[in-house]
Amino acid sequence: MSAGKRPVQLWRNLSAKIAAIPMILTALVIFVGCSLWTVFYSFTNSKLLPKVKFVGLNQYERLWSTNRWLISIENLVIYGICTLIFSLLIGFLLAALLDQKIRFENTFRSILLYPFALSFIVTGLVWQWVLNPQFGIQKIIRDLGFENFAFDPLYNPDIVIYGVLIAGLWQGTGLIMCLMLAGIRGIDQEIWKAARIDGIQTWKTYVFIVIPMMRPVFITSLVIIASGIVRVYDLVVAQTGGGPGIASEVPAKYVYDYMFQNQNLGQGFAASTMMLLTVAIVIVPWAYLEFGSKKHV
Amino acid sequence: MRIRTRFAAFAACLALPFTAAQAVELEVTHWWTSGGEAAAVAEFAKAFNATGNKWVDGAIAGSGGTARPIMISRITGGDPMAATQFNHGRQAEELVEAGLMRDLTAEAKAGNWANLVHPKSLLDACTLDGKIYCVPVNIHSWQWIWLSHKAFKDAGIAVPTNWDEFVAAGPALEKAGKIPLAMGQQSWQSSGAFNVLMVSIAGPDIYSRVYKDKDAELAAGPEVAKVFKAADDARRLAAKSKVQDWNQATNMVITGQAGGQIMGDWAQGEFQVANQVAGKDYTCLPGLGVNEVISTGGDAFYFPKLDDAAKTKAQGQLASLMMTKEVQVNFNLKKGSLPVRGDVDLASANDCMKKGLGILAKGNIVADVNQLMSPDSLGQVNDLFVEFFNNPSITKEDAQKQFADIVEDAD
Repeated sequence: MSAGKRPVQLWRNLSAKIAAIPMILTALVIFVGCSLWTVFYSFTNSKLLPKVKFVGLNQYERLWSTNRWLISIENLVIYGICTLIFSLLIGFLLAALLDQKIRFENTFRSILLYPFALSFIVTGLVWQWVLNPQFGIQKIIRDLGFENFAFDPLYNPDIVIYGVLIAGLWQGTGLIMCLMLAGIRGIDQEIWKAARIDGIQTWKTYVFIVIPMMRPVFITSLVIIASGIVRVYDLVVAQTGGGPGIASEVPAKYVYDYMFQNQNLGQGFAASTMMLLTVAIVIVPWAYLEFGSKKHV
Repeated sequence: MRIRTRFAAFAACLALPFTAAQAVELEVTHWWTSGGEAAAVAEFAKAFNATGNKWVDGAIAGSGGTARPIMISRITGGDPMAATQFNHGRQAEELVEAGLMRDLTAEAKAGNWANLVHPKSLLDACTLDGKIYCVPVNIHSWQWIWLSHKAFKDAGIAVPTNWDEFVAAGPALEKAGKIPLAMGQQSWQSSGAFNVLMVSIAGPDIYSRVYKDKDAELAAGPEVAKVFKAADDARRLAAKSKVQDWNQATNMVITGQAGGQIMGDWAQGEFQVANQVAGKDYTCLPGLGVNEVISTGGDAFYFPKLDDAAKTKAQGQLASLMMTKEVQVNFNLKKGSLPVRGDVDLASANDCMKKGLGILAKGNIVADVNQLMSPDSLGQVNDLFVEFFNNPSITKEDAQKQFADIVEDAD
């Protein structure tokens, strides 16, 4: 290879590279730049306006000794694990059921996907009413004659996060179902035929053949669900407002409240840096395994 | 058709500069959205429109906690409104320091505010480095309990005259199917109720040593323990109250479903809208009938700096207008709050407002928490008490310890 050929490599696909510049700049300035800015100011004692007055790790010490933050993290873990498991499970089950060449499949698909068209705010308000003991499920069941039936998760600090979880699943599972259905339909019919000839039961075909082949769909779903979990905010605001007490607080709400209501930017930045760190801890090893290993294959 | 469109466009071009020159539109943001509050703010709008300018109402629903971040981000983000409500005190402190607010010293001098505003602490809260940055419009005090005559009649007992009698009446009210104490579940209401108990049960002296001097030792001590005992009682009495907003809780008192509510004097506007008469349908006890003291917090209007000269002039007009006698009386009668001028005559004020005016005249006043503590520390207090009131597993000793920690770190 002659030395003169090297620069040519840079100019190849020039128009495509120029077209990508705005996006690269956006990514660098907005995502990387602003994240660094946030991390930087989390070491200051900025109140309403950002000020460069360093206080070391004080904000983080205060953060981790605040009861509300600890409850928020605990809620996020419960909400996150349950959402992940149930979204994938219910989403796949519904998709597999719809795959049985049933009649009116389009109608069912629309009905199941419909909640996804609603915003979290509307979802939250709807489920606030549904779970309200005076108007919702509890009232209906009691009217049917079960006088002692009690189901008011939104007013019980111990289980309120599960009330939020129900609403979140109702809203989000339809989309996962659609992704899964597309994945199932993407499997070659020949494989089904081969499995049938070998006499493998349908459910075994799903679990041992179809699911491993759907790996990319599962990863897409996982990323969509996970990003939804970390930023859960509006659902809680609309449905419970963080209550009763502070039993259903989540980290994103802590960040917002401290940055804007309590006029303590430093504390809000410290909390959002912790959120970034959590995401990084989950994403980096996964991305390393997922994308790093391909080069060696 | 075509000619007509052109003509319309021409007319619009002509009309636009004229209307702009005649009526200056000022957008005013505030969080007054309940019935009584909306009626009161309409008085400002009416008076301002009468000067030939135009009041553009920018009400933000929710509560101060929802509205303030929106206001602040608009001001810091370079899209300021012409005027905005804040609780005077330390909420807008940094905005003023950053030079984002307009100096109103000239209007204040011309209107002689320094001599008119009573008590003087209200104007002091608007002052930074000798310059005045806001117009106090009313005095609100938190230290009231509102009692429903109907609820106590249904329970067959006399209307209490102080906090201890109220606590003692709790079981009888519950027996009659009433909720003894109505309380919204938002955090500012829980911490507000606690602060009222602090002034009333422990007295103004201890209140200011805790909130103003941040005496953590005192906050952990036996005097404040009495306050936590009262808060524990309040928590028990309010256990069945499952409403969110303060006016829903007030409504429970108005309709007789609840015995009483600890709430600021803005609740009075709701009684007024419901055509209830003080002393006949409901009773108000300042300082919970124990220590007749009121705090002098309230609302003030700040005017962000604008580039437009015509708007800046109109801002000045609005600021002066808010302080005039007539507007003060009309506004405060509707709002249920006390006027900031010491010289206005509120002959048409009802019983409760007269009680408040009497206490004010005697000088039994304390500063509002918003003037003493930063929003950051108050936010922590809010978090503590909303948890305390909703989670019976937190003991009063635990809560007191956490409270003392907050006071120790407070600024």
